Amino acid sequence: MEHIVIIGNGIAGITAARHIRKNSDKKITVVSAETKFFFSRTALMYVYMGHQKFEHTQPYENWFWDKNKINLKEGFVNTIYTDKKLLEFKDSSTLSYDKLIIATGSKPNKFGWKGQDLEGVMGMYHKQDLENLEKHAPNKEVCKRAVIVGGGLIGIELAEMLISRKIPVTFLVREDSFWNGVLPAQESKMISKHILGHHIDLRLNTNLKEIKADKNGKVTSIIIEETGEEIECNVVGLTAGVTPNIDFIKTSKIETKKGVLVDRYLETNIKDVFAIGDCAEQREAIGQRRTIEAVWYTGRMMGETVAQTICNNKTEYKPGHWFNSAKFLDIEYQTYGWVFSERDKQENETYFQWQHPKENKCITISYDVNTHKFLGINTFGIRMRHETFDKWLTKNKSIEYVLEFLADANFDPEFYKLHETEIVAKFNQENNTSILLKKKSWKRIFTKA
Amino acid sequence: MKFIKNTGLIIFIIGLSVFTASIFTGSFSLTQQELEAFISDKGYKSKILKKELSKAIVTTDNINIFQFSSKVTAAFETSNTYYDVQIEKYGAEKNWAKKSEQYAYKIFGKPHSLSYELAKKSGKGFIKDNPGLSWFLTFGLGIIGALMFILPNLILLGKSGIKNDGIHQESATNRGWIAWLVLVYLVTFYLVLYFRPDYVVNWTFIFDPISNFLNGGEASQWFVYGFLYCTIMLVMGARMYIKYRHNKYQIIRTTSVLFFQIVFAFLIPEIMTSLNMPGYDFKSAFPLDYDFFFEWNIESLKNSGGIGIFILVWGIVLTLVIVPVMVYFFGKRWYCSWVCGCGGLAETLGDPYRQNSDKTLKSWKLERWLIHSVLAFSLLMTAVTLYCYFSGTQSFLGIKSQWIKDTYSFLVGAWFAGVIGTGFYPIFGNRVWCRFGCPLAAYLGFVQRFKSRFRITTNGGQCISCGNCTTYCEQGIDVRAYAQKGENIVRSSCVGCGICSAVCPRGVLKLENGPEDGRINPTEILLGNDIDLMSLINKK
Repeated sequence: MEHIVIIGNGIAGITAARHIRKNSDKKITVVSAETKFFFSRTALMYVYMGHQKFEHTQPYENWFWDKNKINLKEGFVNTIYTDKKLLEFKDSSTLSYDKLIIATGSKPNKFGWKGQDLEGVMGMYHKQDLENLEKHAPNKEVCKRAVIVGGGLIGIELAEMLISRKIPVTFLVREDSFWNGVLPAQESKMISKHILGHHIDLRLNTNLKEIKADKNGKVTSIIIEETGEEIECNVVGLTAGVTPNIDFIKTSKIETKKGVLVDRYLETNIKDVFAIGDCAEQREAIGQRRTIEAVWYTGRMMGETVAQTICNNKTEYKPGHWFNSAKFLDIEYQTYGWVFSERDKQENETYFQWQHPKENKCITISYDVNTHKFLGINTFGIRMRHETFDKWLTKNKSIEYVLEFLADANFDPEFYKLHETEIVAKFNQENNTSILLKKKSWKRIFTKA
Repeated sequence: MKFIKNTGLIIFIIGLSVFTASIFTGSFSLTQQELEAFISDKGYKSKILKKELSKAIVTTDNINIFQFSSKVTAAFETSNTYYDVQIEKYGAEKNWAKKSEQYAYKIFGKPHSLSYELAKKSGKGFIKDNPGLSWFLTFGLGIIGALMFILPNLILLGKSGIKNDGIHQESATNRGWIAWLVLVYLVTFYLVLYFRPDYVVNWTFIFDPISNFLNGGEASQWFVYGFLYCTIMLVMGARMYIKYRHNKYQIIRTTSVLFFQIVFAFLIPEIMTSLNMPGYDFKSAFPLDYDFFFEWNIESLKNSGGIGIFILVWGIVLTLVIVPVMVYFFGKRWYCSWVCGCGGLAETLGDPYRQNSDKTLKSWKLERWLIHSVLAFSLLMTAVTLYCYFSGTQSFLGIKSQWIKDTYSFLVGAWFAGVIGTGFYPIFGNRVWCRFGCPLAAYLGFVQRFKSRFRITTNGGQCISCGNCTTYCEQGIDVRAYAQKGENIVRSSCVGCGICSAVCPRGVLKLENGPEDGRINPTEILLGNDIDLMSLINKK
């Protein structure tokens, strides 16, 4: 029986294992150095905040793996011998495979800051990071202040975690407005304001110079690059993005760049060795996507795809239209298609924007200035239907069409106040058009693309 | 703010303590004339009972309710035992005439109900004399304290949004000692209410004036319970309004359950009673309203003129037509989390405990066995009852009508729905009864699963498997298992409370009513991954 070994039990590796099991009776072993059982990394924050217990982050009960004959092996892979098709572990034990899937995910970026490896300095990615945070920041008495470095999605989540225990947070962000390399100014401004509203000490245009420690090597303060200001703190969160977790592969014959290089079938330069999820790097970008995508659902999709290939149905990795979502404290965010920030958008791309006068709600629709083709939407505080936008993107609909049928796309809970009328009115006023908003139609919603 | 909250907690505990301690107060005794009037009123023929009761409770001593109760129940037992012996004796002698004569002397009913009735007539003391002040010291303090504890959250919780911080770190909500303490209190409360009503007769004195005002009669333990129920729902409803103030679905739903509880379950029946009509809760549907088809109820309705017949027809139409048709259009939520009283309590008092429901596959199996067994049990009981009613016999298929009714009332009506159903909130989650026991929920579940427009739509590929939906599902549904596969959630047990959708950080879930076509959508590959699905399907 063919033996499939998967290194990494995150969403990519586990999805691959599940789909291989669905489609075959191959022997499957999943190796992990982090935890025995699969858990949802995105939920770690909720454990610290007390919304959940760790067990709630595990999507499958513990008997699931035995029942589905998926072997779980705890261990840290030191070396991959591709010639012998053999893995060697830290404890010198070995495991041979017929096909290997590398799904080792990411690790937090460290940019060579002085003091970046001190006690009390941590990322927020692994289960061990959570344990570390629980140790150094159990409450506001032990941790009098925390400093977070890097204004991305993990940074704001870490800030939310800490303030849930009333720990004062200073948030260092390199940009002049929160996440404005990705978000249009309107939205970046709204989120920045919201962060301040939660009493987080947000420092824009600010970089970290160094982290200082006491004689025991424990964090005591940080120094700001621009002003030289020293901020006392007990915890430093490094959340300036992530990078593929592939150090142990560098010694093997598997070709790597920033990540493990793969072709469109997610296979590496070595036959029978695949890489999926955060650690995989496409040789050429697919559409406007980045070559490395550290996103939950792309890990899942690569797992789904590689399982097909391994089960003798060679399948190209074809991620569809870009989408994503996040939550910034109390503000939900979804995006479908491409909306780039002012910094990154091309000349042909232009925005239509609407913002609620009082509440934290706004949208940005990006469209082609010449053809009026709809390119993408960012929506804050309003939920929208993935299926509907996916269909519109596939059909190359115009912005006028999207606005006319915007009611079909609303996904807010029942009885919520709808804003489509105001949105369309604003577009009509700005563009001298007379689009009439159509009523929501189930028939249209359910018509497949 | 914190200070107000803590003061509120103390005041609430004082109110609760006075309420609890009040049952130990007062004294109970009758004069010989009062006792004789009572006995002739009830038509008891037993000489033994009269003699025993005279000895026991016609006294000038101060006896409390517990002594009183044990004396009355002892007299009850002595009398019945005496005549049981007589019956056996005449039976052995084959003296059938004498034997059947003895039955007239036996006292039917429950000893503690007799004790309750006597206590209600004979109670004296502070509470009886000062019902208004007693109300303030118990309910008044309880309400004021609870509101002082709850209202500051408007500020303390910060900006509106999902605030579940610390729920799994606090004793009260994470099955700690406080939760166990609350469980013990609630279980004891229900045990006393159902099986020792005489112990809490003092509570009824608090409510005599209010009851008199509403229905012209004195308060029973059920009046106290009804009032308490409404009070708790209102106060904890205020908590819901604050906690979910950003979520209009929750606001409207909470308003709806409060309205139906206070107006339909409490006020209308009381007013009907005052107008000499049978007090009826127009929203309570069979088989949750399990005694609707009991002989006494049918007889009482038949003898109540036009309104009685209307209620009889309404009850049948409600169960057979209105309930399923509404479930077809809106899902069972229209009943379970918008109208029902049990659901109403679960969604207000029970909301802090919703995360404690068990999500394992095992508990789902247990749930299906239990709830469908109760449904079958209730239908069998009703079939036996109705057959016996119309044929005038005592039993059907070898099952005694009285026996099966008593058994159901005891096991399901009292133990399952009350003691376990509400008492277990703090440890097993707030929908124990609705999930494992309610026969109406089982019936609505069939309709919802097989013929309904309701579903929880999963938003394409947006799910990140975080598990908040599953954690906060009071019905123990593993919502995430569906959402992470991109499948809609169509489950018979879903009561449509809408909390999964509220706590989802990525906007993945939406409760909605739409065409049946495509409601259930098993998917191999989620939206967003453009694997050629046709070639996949063709291969299989």
